[in-house]
Amino acid sequence: MKSNKIVPYLMIAPYLIHFLVFISFPVLFSFFLMFNQWNIISPMKFVGLQNFYKLIHDAQFFRSLLNTLIFLVIHIPLQIIVALFFATMLNQKIRFIGFFRAAYFLPVVVSGVVITILWQQLYGYETGLLNRILTGIGIRKIGWLTDPSLAMGSIAIMATWKNVGLYIVLFLAGLQTVPQYLYESADLEGASAWQKFRYITLPMINPTMFMVVILSTIGGFSLFIEPYVMTGGGPLNSTLSSVLYIYKEGFFYYHMGYASTLGFFFAGIILLVIFFQKRYVERETR
Amino acid sequence: MKKTFIYLILILGSIVFVYPFIWMLSASLSPESAISNLVLFPTSPSLNNYSQVLDKIPAARSLLNSLLVSLVITTGVIIFGSMVGYALSHLEFKGKKILFFIIIFTMTLPFQLTLIPQYILMVKFQWVDTYLALIVPYFLNGLSIIMFNQYFKSIPVDLIDAARIDGCSEFTILFRILWPNSLPAIITVGIITFMSSWNEVLWPIIVIRDEHLMTMPQLITLFAVGGRAESQLGVKLAAAAMLAFPVIVAYAFFQKYFIQSMASSGMKE
Repeated sequence: MKSNKIVPYLMIAPYLIHFLVFISFPVLFSFFLMFNQWNIISPMKFVGLQNFYKLIHDAQFFRSLLNTLIFLVIHIPLQIIVALFFATMLNQKIRFIGFFRAAYFLPVVVSGVVITILWQQLYGYETGLLNRILTGIGIRKIGWLTDPSLAMGSIAIMATWKNVGLYIVLFLAGLQTVPQYLYESADLEGASAWQKFRYITLPMINPTMFMVVILSTIGGFSLFIEPYVMTGGGPLNSTLSSVLYIYKEGFFYYHMGYASTLGFFFAGIILLVIFFQKRYVERETR
Repeated sequence: MKKTFIYLILILGSIVFVYPFIWMLSASLSPESAISNLVLFPTSPSLNNYSQVLDKIPAARSLLNSLLVSLVITTGVIIFGSMVGYALSHLEFKGKKILFFIIIFTMTLPFQLTLIPQYILMVKFQWVDTYLALIVPYFLNGLSIIMFNQYFKSIPVDLIDAARIDGCSEFTILFRILWPNSLPAIITVGIITFMSSWNEVLWPIIVIRDEHLMTMPQLITLFAVGGRAESQLGVKLAAAAMLAFPVIVAYAFFQKYFIQSMASSGMKE
C-alpha cells in the first residue's frame, strides 16, 4: 500500500514538468522581458518602462486592436444569425439531416490555409468568382480585399463561412433540448412564430449562445493566417491583426522585449473581454 | 409546401459550403486561361499544376513530416493526458486542488502571451529547425486532461477496486482496464489533438526554416505567400487541394466522429 502514495505523483509528473518548463517559465520570462530590450543575439539591456511608453504611443498596435474589434462586430452577429437559421431549418424533422450536417461541417475540418488560398481566388478583383457573378447579374465589381474599408469585412465573411458549420451543430444540439410541450402550450395561447422564438427558443439556448460568442471571440483574437496569406495586413494596415503585428515585431524585427510587452497587454485585453462577456451572460440568464 | 421550401434552402446552403471546394479541384486541373470559369468539370483536365507544385516544393516530404509530428503529439497527449485524468478522477493525493487550478490556468492562458518566450526557449535549447520544437511544446495539454477526467469519473469504482484486489498496479489499471472501456474519450481526444496539430501554422513558421522539416500547411502557406507560385492561380490552388485532400478523405469515412469530437471540444472550452 506504501507505493500508492507515490503513484499519483508519478502519474502527474510529466504534466507538471511540462507545465514548469513550457508554460510557467515562459510566462515569467516574458514578464521580465517587458522591462528589457533584446534581439536574442546581443546582450539584454534594461530599459525600465520604455516598452510601455512605446506601446501607449504605438498607433499601429491600436489600429490592430481596432481591426480586431471590426472583425468581431461583423463576425459574431453574422455567425449567430447564419448558424441559428440553418440549425432551425435542420430541426424541422427533415430527412437527409446527416448529409446536410456533413456538408455544412466540411469547411470546419479543412485547414485554414486551404480556405484562405481558395477565398483569395474567390475574392480576386479581375477574375475572382464572386466578381464574375456580380458582373454577370449587372452589378459592378467590388474590391473585396483591395478596398481598405471592406477588406476586414471580407475576411470576417470568410471566417464565418469556415466556422459556421460547427455552430450549426452546437445550436442544433441546443435546440433539441428545448421541450416540445413549451411550444405546444404557446400554440394553445396563440403565440406567433416570432414570439415562440423570442420567449421560448432564445432563453433555452442561452448556454449555447454564450459558448458561440466566447469561441468566436477567441477565434477573432487569434486571427493570423488569413491576413498573413491574403493581404499581409494591408491595404493601409486595414487587416493588420494583433497577432500578425506581434509576429512582425518579434520575428521580423526581433524586438523581443517590445513583442513580449505587446503579448502581455494583448492577453490582458482578451481575458478582460471574455470576463465581461461571461459576467453579462450570467446576469442575463439569472 | 413548407417542407419543400426548407429543403430548397438546405440544398442551397450545401451548395454554398461545398461548391467552392469542387471549384478548387476543377480549377487546379485546368490550364491557367480557363480557371475563372464557373464550370463543374474542367474541359481539358491535366495534372500539370500538380507536377509544377511537386517540382518546386518538397510536398511529399512535408506530408510525412506533418503525419509524424501530429501522430507523435496525439500519442503523447492521449498517454499523458489519461494519466493525469486518472490521477484526478480515481486517486487521492495532496495538491489535487492546486493541480486543477494549474490546468484551468493553462487553458485560459492566451497563446499570444507565451509565443515570444516559448520561441526564445527553443533558441536556447537549440531546438530551432528540429522536430523537437514542433512536438514537445504540444506534447501535453489541459483540455485532454479535463476530458479524460470527466469520462473516467463515469467508470464504476468497483471495477477499479476489483483490479486492485487482484494485485494490478495503478498503471496496469489505467492502460489495461480503463483504456479499453474509454474508447469514445480516446477517439475524441485523438481527433481534436490530431486536427489541431495538423492545422497549426503560426508555430511551425516561427521555429522551422529548413524546407525539408516543414509541415505541410506551413510549406503550402509559405509557397502561396512567397513568390514561388509566380502568381499562377492554378498552381496555388493545386497546392491547396493537395493539402485538403488527406483531411477530406478521412472526413468522408469518419465524418460522424469528426463532428461529434469537434462539437464536444467546443462545449468543454
